[in-house]
Amino acid sequence: MMQKIKKIKKPLAVIGILFLLLFPVIITSSYYLHVMILAGIYVVLSLSLNLITGYTGQLCLGHAAFFGIGAYAGALLMVNVHMNFFFALICSFIISGIFGLLLGIPALRLRGDYLAIVTLGFGEIVHLVFVNWTELTNGPMGIRSIPGPSLFGIELDGNQEFYYLILIITALVLFLLNRLVNSGFGMAMQTIKADEIAAESIGIYPVKYKLIAFILSSGLAGLAGCFYASYISYISPTTFVYNTSVTILAMVVLGGLGSLTGSVIGGVVLTLLPEVLRSISDYRMIFFGALMIIMMIFKPEGFWGVSKRVKNIYKIKAGGAQNERDYESR
Amino acid sequence: MSEIMRADNVSMIFGGLTAVDNISLTMEDNEILSLIGPNGAGKTTFFNMLTGVYQPTFGTITFYGENITKLKPYERVAKGISRTFQNIRLFSSMTTLENLLVAHPKCNSENIGRVLLGGKKLKKARQEIVEECEEILEIVGLKDKEDELATNLSYGKQRLLEIGRALATNPKLVLLDEPGAGMNSMEKEELSTLIRYITQKMDKKVLLIEHDMRFVMGISDRILVLDHGELIANGKPEEIQQNQMVIEAYLGKGMTDEE
Repeated sequence: MMQKIKKIKKPLAVIGILFLLLFPVIITSSYYLHVMILAGIYVVLSLSLNLITGYTGQLCLGHAAFFGIGAYAGALLMVNVHMNFFFALICSFIISGIFGLLLGIPALRLRGDYLAIVTLGFGEIVHLVFVNWTELTNGPMGIRSIPGPSLFGIELDGNQEFYYLILIITALVLFLLNRLVNSGFGMAMQTIKADEIAAESIGIYPVKYKLIAFILSSGLAGLAGCFYASYISYISPTTFVYNTSVTILAMVVLGGLGSLTGSVIGGVVLTLLPEVLRSISDYRMIFFGALMIIMMIFKPEGFWGVSKRVKNIYKIKAGGAQNERDYESR
Repeated sequence: MSEIMRADNVSMIFGGLTAVDNISLTMEDNEILSLIGPNGAGKTTFFNMLTGVYQPTFGTITFYGENITKLKPYERVAKGISRTFQNIRLFSSMTTLENLLVAHPKCNSENIGRVLLGGKKLKKARQEIVEECEEILEIVGLKDKEDELATNLSYGKQRLLEIGRALATNPKLVLLDEPGAGMNSMEKEELSTLIRYITQKMDKKVLLIEHDMRFVMGISDRILVLDHGELIANGKPEEIQQNQMVIEAYLGKGMTDEE
């Protein structure tokens, strides 16, 4: 059985990648393309949240705040300072990361679910700041005509360009996070989720790992926010509310806590599902709730749970008994 | 004989309860030291002060001449103190090998930038860590189970894995909190051999808490007896067996002795 799966895995991956690469060529409908780009943004968001909630075990209920901070930072830099999109992307990563650091220093020193409460409050505060600091954020009116990316004078603001851009960003984030979680650092993060006292007993300082994970997590959310701002070209406070945080959390939980593949699946499924269900939009939330309950009863691990992770990755990567190609083809 | 660790007038007070009362002891080189005592005597509390889970209310703890009283558990690990737990605290969703890897100081301190860049050097460093951990697995007798999830191991094997994990931190002193609990007599036999191996071949010092008297008497060079937070006896196994205070602590006073 396992052999069979392994055999079809590689061709399946190739087909999948080809499909993603050729998607804009095959399907020219701008609506589908738009949905795919949104899915890409949400995949980055759920990947980033998974780092702190799924791998390090710290519940965060204000991820939309970092998404928003990144979006506003990026938008303001691009509109007011005319910064290039790619620099703005990096800047919003850094700015969001700094907010993560400042919030994490007090909140992550405590053991338990304090981060959930703190981030919940932070999310509301950030939303209110977006609404009320009219001089900077233009209040509820939002920021309009945010420029698209351009590279060496070439404008890249078509839907196809955005599609490839988010594809590259997602792939890059996935690649780097995959390296991160399958390292000694990643394993240390997971020990904190499993048992903080045991982690301390083997020389792991939990605050350090929680903080780094949280900074990276908020930074990546900010990066996604900057891309979002540039893509939609209009942002307003209504996007960065508690609901969005919960949606992202639902993607992570439904996809699988502590699983990158799960986050990708969760992000894509929960972006596509509302679109598919648009015809019965009145009953959408009922359907969502039912799905959540059914998943929690029958598949509490999520679509692609942590138990599916590659075991002993360290050994494999160090060129141990198993063939490295087995891993690469995943 | 040189001194490994000493506790000076250490007390631990929880609210109105004095769990450990003014204990002083020194641990010498080349001895397996055991801590025994009836339930609730304060053995684990004392252990937790040695490992840094609790900060003693009074007193100081020195390790190789260095005052470590205020250090946190992870800082003490870096100094060379590692431990096992009375109720097993393994990372159950990780494999046997991963439980050791993550305890290895070179593994869990892996630099994040280096990890993201990857490369041959990193691979080589990891190879070494894996080999070292596999060596330890060989010693504790779990080499053939290295790909098994920790949660799927038998109880006795989980205890061994905890010892292996403590060894992977490259300690000077290993504190074992009831390592034989839940083991059958054959497993305990193997455990004795393992502890001797650790002290003699690997040159680690061992301090252990244990309830099984036969096991303790067989393995210890020196025994400390705690009762109601106080140190009531300190000596060689034979002396402890004869000690009237110890017998009273465990069995109570005879009617005739009362007065």
